[in-house]
Amino acid sequence: MAQITFDNLAHSYLAAPKADPDWALKPMSLTWRDGGAYALLGSSGCGKTTLLNIISGLLHPSRGRVLFGDRDVTDLPTAERNIAQVFQFPVVYDTMTVRQNLAFPLKNRGLPADQIAARVDAVARMIGMTDTLDRRARGLTADAKQKISLGRGMVRQDVNAILFDEPLTVIDPQMKWELRTQLKALHREFGHTMIYVTHDQTEALTFADEVVVMSEGRIVQAGTPQSLFDAPAHTFVGYFIGSPGMNLLEARVEGATAHVAGVSVPLAAPYATPSGRVQIGIRPDAARPTTGDGLPFRLLRTEDVGHHRILRGEVAGASFNLTVPEDEPIPATFDRITLDPARIGVFVDDWRIEPLERAA
Amino acid sequence: MDKPVNNRAWFLVLPVLVLVAFSAVIPLMTVVNYSVQDTFGNNQFFWNGLGWFQEVLESDRIRAALGRQLLFSAIILAIEIPLGIFIALNMPKRGFWASLVLVLMALPLLIPWNVVGTIWQVFGRVDIGLLGHTLAMLGIDYNYVNDPWDAWATIIVMDVWHWTSLVALLCYAGLQSIPDAYYQAARIDQASRWGVFRYIELPKMQGVLLIAVLLRFMDSFMIYTEPFVVTGGGPGNATTFLSIDLVKMAIGQFDLGPAAAFSLIYFLVILLISWVFYTVMTVQRDRT
Repeated sequence: MAQITFDNLAHSYLAAPKADPDWALKPMSLTWRDGGAYALLGSSGCGKTTLLNIISGLLHPSRGRVLFGDRDVTDLPTAERNIAQVFQFPVVYDTMTVRQNLAFPLKNRGLPADQIAARVDAVARMIGMTDTLDRRARGLTADAKQKISLGRGMVRQDVNAILFDEPLTVIDPQMKWELRTQLKALHREFGHTMIYVTHDQTEALTFADEVVVMSEGRIVQAGTPQSLFDAPAHTFVGYFIGSPGMNLLEARVEGATAHVAGVSVPLAAPYATPSGRVQIGIRPDAARPTTGDGLPFRLLRTEDVGHHRILRGEVAGASFNLTVPEDEPIPATFDRITLDPARIGVFVDDWRIEPLERAA
Repeated sequence: MDKPVNNRAWFLVLPVLVLVAFSAVIPLMTVVNYSVQDTFGNNQFFWNGLGWFQEVLESDRIRAALGRQLLFSAIILAIEIPLGIFIALNMPKRGFWASLVLVLMALPLLIPWNVVGTIWQVFGRVDIGLLGHTLAMLGIDYNYVNDPWDAWATIIVMDVWHWTSLVALLCYAGLQSIPDAYYQAARIDQASRWGVFRYIELPKMQGVLLIAVLLRFMDSFMIYTEPFVVTGGGPGNATTFLSIDLVKMAIGQFDLGPAAAFSLIYFLVILLISWVFYTVMTVQRDRT
């Protein structure tokens, strides 16, 4: 096991990439801590799978290097990297039994038979397929096949990392939760580096110690789930994480005051006057309805989702959501909202900027 | 669920029945009719029971032809199936070269049988043929007219040249339908090249291989035109396959009764062996 480092890594599927959109992965340098449980989060087509395939050596990056520990593995074939990877759609060896499927990666590495048998039994228990070990894989259902794929990914103990490429897409919700718990348990037990690709934020936040958010071939932020929620580095992260996502309002920032639609909104600290497109971002739970002064708010509808209510509406023509806990009363009529100054973020051209004091 | 019973629904099947009757059943029945009768001309027929069948089954000449036929099909399958798979595995997967190779592979399939025969008849001639003459110049004593081994070799090579493409194209189609993820998973699992073939490619090709084996068996078992053009069944009877023998009997000697009995037995043998192939290959697949 070793930490995985990207050194100025970039990839394009075109032979001669020119403009920015030609690159599936924009140049990036990043370190994946040994033994970390990472979630790689982003919308479809943002380069998550490309990144995984570069780690496992299925793809050779156009530029830059991949290091395992201090060793440059950029040119090493997949087999020599000793990585396990589980794909989005089930891959099973049709003619083999479940047992043979699970044993296959170990057999190819030439492990002794008794060790193989022990590992296969352990993994079969983990994925709940002890009873079907001697069934042929061909006739099984899609989620059983995906469990076999997962099992094959977990069967080798000496791997450098296990990569999961949206592995639970075809699995039904109950089993999903159970398998995710199993993966976490596996991580705690063996401490493999795990990278889990998903576009489902719940999946990412429950699985990972650290979440890496990608957008359009770029890593926009990496951090703990809490830090991503509290201080998103990019409006995409703010919008993508949290449900509903962060509210964004066009603003003009002067010192410790933001001006939104002619109304002054106090900020927690002064900012240097930014140039470019300025927005302030605020989580839905950091805004409150008020009958006094505040930002004009037009309520469109209310959704009750159990432990809180979502008020969907508009501020200065931009959509704006608030969440109010169920035990907190909502004024019968209100047309203003107030924002918690401590939880307002300022974004310039989509990237977060820090206030003057903290930056200094 | 209760389904209403209405016997008039049978009328809906009628068009198919009529079509099948005229295209297959009635012609076949005329053959059955001839096979149980004898004639001395004048369009007068006599009941002969199973006499012709007995004669055909006991004929040494026909048994020998059947033996040659079985051997020929066995050799053809043993060469064309592995060779076709091998070629398919090595064909380019996409791009310009894939299209070019596909066209080249399809060419032999587009040539009429008797033209294929003629091409090889000329190609193999010792005096003017490119192949025959070259072999002669190299000092190899090759002559498909006189030597039974050379005649067999020529016909087998000709059939391989003509039909391996079919097997290769079918296998290629099977291979193209395998998603990339399978190959990626195999690389992750550190499978050898042989492992990829044995556990991914071969199982995924099983369906098309069944079709390829059946087609190549039936076609090779019924081969007529090409050997007839190249060797005419000779030297002696060395390359007289069942169909050549049958045509001699039916048209050359006008022995309608025995020829009809022969045809029916021929048909049943093909049916039987095809059934065996089908059963063996599908049972293998559906085993759980």
